[in-house]
Amino acid sequence: MSDTSPDRIPQIVTGRLAAHDDAHTIARYEATGGYAGLRAALELAPDDVTAQVKEASLLGRGGAGFPAGVKWGFCPPGVWPRYLVVNGDESEPGTYKDRILMERDPHQLIEGILIACYAIGCAQAFLYCRGEMALAHERLGAALNEAYAAGYIGKNILGTDYSIDVVLHWGAGAYIVGEETALIESLEGNRGMPRLKPPFFPAAKGLYLQPTVVNNVETLSNLPWIMTNGAEAFHALGAETSRGTRLFAVSGHVENPGVHEVEFGTTTFRDLIYGHCGGIREGRDLKAFVPGGASSPWFFEEHLDLPLETKAVGNAGSMLGSGAIVVMDSETDVVKASRTLVRFFAVESCGKCTPCREGTTWMERILDRIIAGQGRASDVDLLLDVCDNISPELTWPPKQTTICPLGPSAPPSVASIVRRFPEEFERYLGTSFEVTVPMKGAAYVPKPDTAAAGASGSSGESPS
Amino acid sequence: MTDTNQDVSTVQVTIDGRAIEARKGELVIAAAERNDVYIPRFCWHNRMNPVGMCRMCLVEIDTGRGPALQPSCMIECSDGMTVQTATETVVKAQEGVLEFLLINHPLDCPVCDKGGECPLQDQTMSHGPGESRYVEEKRHKEKPINVSELVLLDRERCILCDRCTRFAKEVAGDPLIHFLNRGNTTEINTFPDHEFSSYFSGNTVQICPVGALTSTPYRFKARPWDLAHTESTCTGCSVGCRIVIDTSRDELLRFDGVDSEPVNWSWLCDRGRFGFEAFERGARLTDPFVRRDAQSEPEVVRWTDALDRTAEAVTGALDNAGAGSVAVLGGAHLTNEAQYAWAKLAKGVIGTDHVDAQLDDGLDPRLVLGLPGATIAETCAAGGTILVYANDVKEELGVLYLRLRHAAVWDGAKVVEVSATASGITPFATASVRARPGTGPDVVDALLRGDAAPDGVDGDVFARAAEVLGDTARGPLRVVLGRPSLAESAAVATSVAHRILEQRADATFLTTLRRSNVYGAIDMGLVPGLLPGRVTLEDGRSSVASGWGIAANELPNASGLDARGILTAAAAGKVDTLILLGADPVADFADHELAERALQTTPNVIAVDLFPNESNRYAHVVLPASGFGASDGTTTNLEGRVTRVAQAVAPPGNAHADWVIAAELAFALDADLGFDSLEDIRAEIARTAPSHAGLTDEVLDTDPNGIVVPLPAGEAPALESSASDEADAAESPDADPADAPAPEDGDAASAEAPSDADAADGSDSADGDQPEAPRGATVELPPRPELRIPAPDAYGFRLVVTRKMYDQGTIVQQSPHLAPLATPPADVPARLHPAELAQLGIADGALVRISGARGQITVPVLGDSGVPRRVVAYARDAASGAGVDLIEPDLAVTDVHVETVS
Repeated sequence: MSDTSPDRIPQIVTGRLAAHDDAHTIARYEATGGYAGLRAALELAPDDVTAQVKEASLLGRGGAGFPAGVKWGFCPPGVWPRYLVVNGDESEPGTYKDRILMERDPHQLIEGILIACYAIGCAQAFLYCRGEMALAHERLGAALNEAYAAGYIGKNILGTDYSIDVVLHWGAGAYIVGEETALIESLEGNRGMPRLKPPFFPAAKGLYLQPTVVNNVETLSNLPWIMTNGAEAFHALGAETSRGTRLFAVSGHVENPGVHEVEFGTTTFRDLIYGHCGGIREGRDLKAFVPGGASSPWFFEEHLDLPLETKAVGNAGSMLGSGAIVVMDSETDVVKASRTLVRFFAVESCGKCTPCREGTTWMERILDRIIAGQGRASDVDLLLDVCDNISPELTWPPKQTTICPLGPSAPPSVASIVRRFPEEFERYLGTSFEVTVPMKGAAYVPKPDTAAAGASGSSGESPS
Repeated sequence: MTDTNQDVSTVQVTIDGRAIEARKGELVIAAAERNDVYIPRFCWHNRMNPVGMCRMCLVEIDTGRGPALQPSCMIECSDGMTVQTATETVVKAQEGVLEFLLINHPLDCPVCDKGGECPLQDQTMSHGPGESRYVEEKRHKEKPINVSELVLLDRERCILCDRCTRFAKEVAGDPLIHFLNRGNTTEINTFPDHEFSSYFSGNTVQICPVGALTSTPYRFKARPWDLAHTESTCTGCSVGCRIVIDTSRDELLRFDGVDSEPVNWSWLCDRGRFGFEAFERGARLTDPFVRRDAQSEPEVVRWTDALDRTAEAVTGALDNAGAGSVAVLGGAHLTNEAQYAWAKLAKGVIGTDHVDAQLDDGLDPRLVLGLPGATIAETCAAGGTILVYANDVKEELGVLYLRLRHAAVWDGAKVVEVSATASGITPFATASVRARPGTGPDVVDALLRGDAAPDGVDGDVFARAAEVLGDTARGPLRVVLGRPSLAESAAVATSVAHRILEQRADATFLTTLRRSNVYGAIDMGLVPGLLPGRVTLEDGRSSVASGWGIAANELPNASGLDARGILTAAAAGKVDTLILLGADPVADFADHELAERALQTTPNVIAVDLFPNESNRYAHVVLPASGFGASDGTTTNLEGRVTRVAQAVAPPGNAHADWVIAAELAFALDADLGFDSLEDIRAEIARTAPSHAGLTDEVLDTDPNGIVVPLPAGEAPALESSASDEADAAESPDADPADAPAPEDGDAASAEAPSDADAADGSDSADGDQPEAPRGATVELPPRPELRIPAPDAYGFRLVVTRKMYDQGTIVQQSPHLAPLATPPADVPARLHPAELAQLGIADGALVRISGARGQITVPVLGDSGVPRRVVAYARDAASGAGVDLIEPDLAVTDVHVETVS
């Protein structure tokens, strides 16, 4: 863990695990103020807890960034039972923030689950932990047992008339299950394939077709702090709609990769990459970086001064997504990097709908051929047209011909490099090429002509 | 899974600039199609839940937030919605999806059975990009693998539309094929060593939008453009599914289901679908032949000689011993017209009432006609209550099982089953009450009265069943009534019906006789005591006689013998001439020794049949009939629905249509049945048979799904006056249909007992020359029988004998691809509760001896928790007679002993 954050920024979710190696035990957790948030929540009416969370403007940390308190309010009134499902199936390349929270501070998550359940009014929560995270599973299991034994979970918790059960479920190794409806399918014992929205919006027809709230691990881990320190203190951090702190998992060509908790909305990419992470490895130049997980359009040097804030990043044509930042230095072969990302989505496609199942593999095959030196001048346009048939017009946020966003996650990296580094394709192809496919995403812009054109200059523009 | 009758409120939608009215809740793709806008699709099927997987049906839908690409198979029409199906964006998306579907498709269309009728091929032409840009190597999979005995799967051709898997899971309830693996390596397959052994597997071949699923009987047999299509009705059982018969060069090649809203919803069972092989590839009788005596070899003769020999036999019998010495068995497989012709020949020309189309294994015909009827759609109505006391519909009436399952699983109907053993219904029944054979009437009575559970009945299950049945807010009670066990007499079912009607006047019934056109046979009077048109001999005597142009006293005096009576009399030497109309009593009759003795004893056995069998090997004259696929006509299903069957191929060899044989035989007897064509016969039926009043060809042609008889009052045109010389013959005959209770009304009172006024009319006018109108097409229910159910014997087991879909019966055994599916007779197990096996100290597969008063069998056992304690269940086996030989036909139930064999 990085310990370089300025003093005035509290480490809301990673403070305990950064300070203590045994933060996963209930003894340490209770000794460091654990379960105070739950006690505080139980003093309030459930609706007041929801109001607090709304007031704190806690955005979902799973990727879509939807306000958590608002999401809770979507359950149709009077329909019972309703469920909380915790999405711990973190599996996007470069994303490992939830894993650290589950492995090293499981009680914080459990406390968050209990607060959320109390607010929503459910008596049953399901904690879906990614199959490959064996240590997280072990720690969560042990922590649940401790919490049951200590009376935090179970019948009439802490002497109240509120009862709650938490079930730990182990995933079977499919990325698509990170998508909330596929996660629900998997939890029900079916193949992890997404459901169609409409009609299967989880808040209305979720797990077992009952109202269901699906929340991310990091989102829930913020709740104990909010309940203990108040919504105001949380809202005081950050800027615009992005409040509190946020975890970023930085990987790639930086000196000091890792999970960093930074103030949301005010910290810039430059602060994170050059400050917290110690800059590009071996003092090289930055070539590009993935700002929010493998599915986000790439950012470049001119975006470094953008704040880590949902709206600003969105306006610039990408997203903060799951908080995975992958940094690439000047030595990177971006065509190969793109192939790696596309291959991930091709392998992880669930196979349910045609464009994703067939299109992502086709993209991988074309990139393979280009990299093998067997590309044709028309291949880049073909590649982009395949992208276009998965995600029409390559807009941002993406349109899709697919059921879920997995398919449209593959095109952004391709579109980014075709626009930005056409010469790298030309090197593989041995020829120049022409592109006829529109790329309407704001991040898909050629390299700015002048140094003056900075981050703000490129945002919101729609090249065609 | 769209119920088109449910909600009639409409919404306004604009599709491609045209304002249309859509039903509320209707899917965009369906609304568009109804208005002649075809949206391409692969995964959507109107009888299954949409999944939106193939993405072919993407269109631009605007609900006020701007046009967006949406799958039209998932979006319900809403008011003010605008749909664009052919914009540049839509065309681009559809072409893109089609290109994706084709990149790994092998394009082996020239050797693919589907080529020429392939939705992928067709939609590639109409909605495809025109050329392929895919230069990479395609996916390769092993060419077809057998997923079952009947179905082959070519995974290369598969486009993963989820139709077959959805069918297996959602419709058939046999989730035996699944998606395996993930992404680009996704494939359909079975679990290892678990084949797709569903009774309904053939439907997956029919709905596959590519050539991935093919059936073994049709594979490589024809090209679609060489096929001729003939719409007809399957007569494999009494459900009467609408089908298309595909033929080429005078050969039956394939049956496909037709989407008939009231009946089969496009589904077929595999026995029906692949049973065509029996007619085409079975060992058919092609020429008439005679045996001079029992020892001599059969000798092929000309038709005239065979008919003369038959006529001699009949005339001799009439001269020597009178009409009572002639008997007719069978006829349930004939068309209505042929049944009518044979009934007229037997009852009007020969004058015998010893006529029975059933073989003592069905229900009392007067019960079938005396109950207020319900159609399949009424029985399976959404949110209804269904009481099942019947044979196992999954084994015997496959598509009715699918309809009942759909009602229970998807439409909120609740099914209460009362049966001796678990059946195909049990898995989706709200409550399945186990009642020992013979106790059904008492259990049903207690359920409907709200009494306590009778002894030996599980109290919890009973309470759940009583609660469902007692909830009258769920609408009228629908009863599926049949004979759950061959070892339980038909009187028990009659008693169950009485007990239900005593408690629930709103109850309507769907009876489940299984033979193909047994309902037609009952309607056409091919059973003892009844005349054509659902009238008894007494009630219909004068009108039918006048319709036939004979004196009333030329009809039989009294009700004749049923099958058991006929065979008993024949074995005693009291029958001189026995005519078998496709009946095989040696195999089908419970007491096959009696049947064999009867045939050996009778001096003249005349068999009209399609195949050589155990019974007609005793026949002195064998007359080959044209059979299904080679005969035109109509057939009647278990609802009383009359539909057309059609001739698609020429009869084999010199086989004749059954009705022609009857007419020719009449000529040989110096009589004239009075018709020269099927149209003549139908016109005469519409004139003479009260239940069929008004059922002219014109009326029949108004609905290819068939017409339920009797026609509703008011809709039936007036009966035409008969061609008889009585001037006033047609005195107010149009009152008849009005008297007949329309099944739709579900009016129990009018069916239970005709009104006094009607009865008085009938008796008053019985004297004069004027043929009085029969008093309605429904006969009086047989009285409630006094059942004598013996107390359980401490050492005894009560016997249950059921049927399986694939058995040693003729159609299955004559179909090369179905025959191997039947369990070999020696392997058919006796099923006992596992605890009984434990008590006997034996394991599955051990041999036991089951002995009763009439005989004993030695068979392997199988523990089955669906069989209650002190009951032994056995699936009958037609060929060996095992199982049925144990049945004591004179008793309501049969008790046997079970011993281990050392």
